[in-house]
Amino acid sequence: MKMIVCVKQVLDPEAPPTKFKIDPNAYNVLMPSDAAPVLSPFDEQAVEAALRIKDANGGTISVISLGANLQRDVVKKPLSMGADELILLEDPAYVDGDSWSTGYALAAAIKKLGQFDLIFCGRQAADSDSGQVGAAIAEILGLTQVTVARKVEVMDGKVRVERVTADGYETIEAALPALITVSNELGEPRYATIKGIIEAKRKEPIVWKPGDIGLDTFKIGAAGSRTRMVKVYQPVHVSKCEMVAGANEEDAGKNLAKKMAEARLL
Amino acid sequence: MENKGVMIFAEVTDGKLSPITRELLGAGRKLANDLGEELSAIIAGSGVVSTAAKIAAGVTDKVYVVDDPLLKDYCTETYAAVVEKVCQIAHPRILLMGHTTIGSDLAPRAAFRMGTAAKTDCIALDIDDMNKQLLVTKPIFGGNALAVFTMETFPQVATIRVKSMTTQAVESTGKGEIIEVALGLDPAAVKTTVLQKVVAENEGVKLEDASVIITGGRGMGGPEGFKQLEELAKLLKGAVGASRPACDNGWVKDIMQIGLTGKIVSPDVYIAVAVSGTTQHLAGCSGARNIIAINKDPDANIFTEARFGVVGDWKKVLPGFEAEVKKLMGK
Repeated sequence: MKMIVCVKQVLDPEAPPTKFKIDPNAYNVLMPSDAAPVLSPFDEQAVEAALRIKDANGGTISVISLGANLQRDVVKKPLSMGADELILLEDPAYVDGDSWSTGYALAAAIKKLGQFDLIFCGRQAADSDSGQVGAAIAEILGLTQVTVARKVEVMDGKVRVERVTADGYETIEAALPALITVSNELGEPRYATIKGIIEAKRKEPIVWKPGDIGLDTFKIGAAGSRTRMVKVYQPVHVSKCEMVAGANEEDAGKNLAKKMAEARLL
Repeated sequence: MENKGVMIFAEVTDGKLSPITRELLGAGRKLANDLGEELSAIIAGSGVVSTAAKIAAGVTDKVYVVDDPLLKDYCTETYAAVVEKVCQIAHPRILLMGHTTIGSDLAPRAAFRMGTAAKTDCIALDIDDMNKQLLVTKPIFGGNALAVFTMETFPQVATIRVKSMTTQAVESTGKGEIIEVALGLDPAAVKTTVLQKVVAENEGVKLEDASVIITGGRGMGGPEGFKQLEELAKLLKGAVGASRPACDNGWVKDIMQIGLTGKIVSPDVYIAVAVSGTTQHLAGCSGARNIIAINKDPDANIFTEARFGVVGDWKKVLPGFEAEVKKLMGK
């Protein structure tokens, strides 16, 4: 199996909400320097999905990440988990794009990599929460897509996917090659092994500039976007919480019930 | 040809319009009125003509119906072909879908196929008076910020977060027209086969329908505490939910997850027990009319959204709460 996983470096989504600051003029979200970037968590689960197939069926995993100022210790994490190679589309021309222009660049890199069986993406990035890059890649490459997977297996030359639905899941079968987006229901991604960390340190990522994959800069990044952000702001929140106390914690619980009864909430 | 009018993609469950479709019809009618243009709907599936007739006669100006046995199960490829074909006929300015299992998969793929773009999981829609462009508001960074976007290509496609639009009582115009569209699908276009559909719904009251929800978070520390929440839920005739960490840790079923990537609920009373209140979680419960928070951390973010709060260990607070509730209910 030849597999490709697309991963994105994002601001840490687990950072407390109070740390998020908006720069409305730059249409940007800022984080203080002590909040280190991470791989978007769903993308780590996409790496895990590919690793499980590698464990079961054998094969290779190429990881692609697109951006600028990609921190090597962040984007190399899939290598330390067991992926085989890392390709970085790292250039200012790639950034600030929308799902379409980002998918366009990733599809060009995938074409350059040659034949493949499966492409994995996270169900959505933790920053844009858009969930469309997978569809863009699939449309450009003419692939079958299955989104929001909780389990992915390859058997008899076909991919079998459990897709999360509102009231459970459905099992879907498709021919290869295909593109799958992965959800958190897949389960925790594995930890890096010591051996993996050492190997990842030795492996240098391959960096492809737009010209290396035949891309015109007006078709990628901000220039190639079909959507435009016209405003960004933080919702203002005025807390109106009435704190209920008591002689002790159990008593506070009793008082809460009384308060709720008074407010006709019971 | 100039793009005009607002179109919605209708979803049908068990022969009836699904709740999101009623939200879409309400939102779509408002935009159509603002623009002074028509509202139309796409309805696709196998045996959907009678449902289409109801929409048509009711609240839309036109319904494009694509009825084909090959559309029985949802498949991205065939449904994208439906959307592309109908838009080639109708040239809508705006195309709205629900941010559902189907809509979130279909909208981007269909948009890209038509050379346009989509914005997903939107919570507000407006028309720019200056140029009639659709402006969509969408939470980003798990809800830590809100962004307003426009699309520079047509149709402008957006998916709408479930329960974000009030289901408006849409007045019946009674003049809707049904237009049947033959797609001539090739069976080879059905690229995915649905082998089985598994409903993992919990017993008792469904989370989406519950008027009282008791949710346990990371601070529950394990599956045991959820039994206590179940008891309380029975007492209050409610349902039990969970935050994402509680599901990811395997303490409860994934289907119980409330939040950005789980269920979106809007009960009268939402009791959050040991839930810190990340923005990702609040995305799923901020539609609740009253949030009650129990958390031992006085700085927990959940308190900013709550009407009543208790700072304390749930293991001690809940027994007192439950005893008093029983007393008040005369049990």
